[in-house]
Amino acid sequence: MNSLTKPRRWESFFWPVIAATALLALWHYSVIWTATKVFPSPLSVEKGIAELLHKHVLWADICDSLRRVALGSGAAIIVGIPLGLFLGWKPAANQVVNPVFQILRPISPIAWIPVAIIFFGVGDYAVIFLIFLGSFFPIVVACVSGVSSVPPVLLSAGRNFGLSTPRLLTRVIFPAALPQILVGVRLALGIAWLVVVAAEMIAVDSGLGYLVIDSRNSGKRYDLVVAAMLMIGIIGLALDFLIRSIEKNKSVRWGFRNAS
Amino acid sequence: MSLAEVVMAQPDVGQKLKLQHLGKVYGHDDESVAAIEDINLDVSDGEFVCIVGPSGCGKSTLLNVIAGFLPATSGSVTIDGEAVSGPDPRRILVFQERGVFPWLTVEGNIGFGLSKLPREERRQRIAHYVQAVRLQGFEHAYPSDLSGGMKQRLQVARALAVNPDILYLDEPFGALDFITRVIMRGELHRIWQTERRTILFVTHDIDEAVQLADRVIVLSSRPARIQEILTIDIPHPRNISSPRYLELRDELLKQIGLAYEI
Repeated sequence: MNSLTKPRRWESFFWPVIAATALLALWHYSVIWTATKVFPSPLSVEKGIAELLHKHVLWADICDSLRRVALGSGAAIIVGIPLGLFLGWKPAANQVVNPVFQILRPISPIAWIPVAIIFFGVGDYAVIFLIFLGSFFPIVVACVSGVSSVPPVLLSAGRNFGLSTPRLLTRVIFPAALPQILVGVRLALGIAWLVVVAAEMIAVDSGLGYLVIDSRNSGKRYDLVVAAMLMIGIIGLALDFLIRSIEKNKSVRWGFRNAS
Repeated sequence: MSLAEVVMAQPDVGQKLKLQHLGKVYGHDDESVAAIEDINLDVSDGEFVCIVGPSGCGKSTLLNVIAGFLPATSGSVTIDGEAVSGPDPRRILVFQERGVFPWLTVEGNIGFGLSKLPREERRQRIAHYVQAVRLQGFEHAYPSDLSGGMKQRLQVARALAVNPDILYLDEPFGALDFITRVIMRGELHRIWQTERRTILFVTHDIDEAVQLADRVIVLSSRPARIQEILTIDIPHPRNISSPRYLELRDELLKQIGLAYEI
């Protein structure tokens, strides 16, 4: 915290709650004042969530979305971290693949949807492939920069204790780069959660993204659309929170400047 | 075998480290810069040798060449008659700062070079060196929770734990405040007396050199050559206001080219 007046404990809960309540009230009264027939009020959204839970579709959709993210991002982590470590360790190899990466990286995974469907057909694998694409580049890039910023003193120390190159990679370079790699993983999961929703709208018939589009298409149930949107937001926040709690672990905390 | 041959074959008694015409040139051709030139030195087993010289003269380069981190461009480094070709766990370099692994606890750092030992022996070794550098109570602390002086003690402990026969210290107390530095000097001397390792200690602190060393090597400015070797013939514990101490200190200051009166 940089500010001189540190907020009191109750204040750090109180004001966000006030802000959220104010937003809900604004939403509620806007719906009433405009007398809209299409857009749902917070209360009907709440009923919508209850209805979804009651019909057991919500949990199934959440699980489907999370499973796809876990598989796609998991594969990106398993492939991306060793590749990133290698490329960081061998700048010559990095120079060879870097131009290709730089061109592929800015392409939104959404643009890959047609290609993914050609490769894998309509179904889970297409979505998982898209999530993999979205997660892969941030992880590789974070690894490469993590490895290249390992202090030379630590490499020298590792060598001094007789480590061979593979052991140096696992015992010095990987742990030294881990804070930066975690930042990459957090970024990747954020992107994955954006991509899964978009991909599910097109390539599959389950998951939160499908729930959004299906609720609209089958009877313009905007209460369910907004309910699904809220769930997407909450789960995205939870995923971010999860990675941040890993970052608080003492063996990586040293690498985060703002960590207390 | 004749007596003469036996004598010839036997290395000098107690001699540990031998530098012969050691030189290091950075870069090549037109842009080459000589960092060190024609260094000849014999260090005996268990000796504490300080290397001093003006800043930027190549002290650290010399230590890195001796420790095997940089290849020499000419001459040779031999330890126990064996040529040095790279870093080796039998001699550990202690860096000025940030040399400890921040993702490992005090125990993890000290045990870093001991992964081949059986569990119990490893545990004992770690406990011994925690004690030796007085870090008891901090076994499970991470370096980010330690002070600068404690981190340097930890580095020394990590080095000693692998039982090296030579310690190279590259301005190990250079980043510490004055009081901590003086305390660390005492600690290092105590450890040296109990553990009896050969120590090569690079410093730019004249007092540090005169208080700790058996011999002080004075290097000239770049390219570094040995300008003078002073034997510090004061028994320990050294009285830092004794006439002999001040005499040697003045001599060192003069050698480095610092005027006695400012």
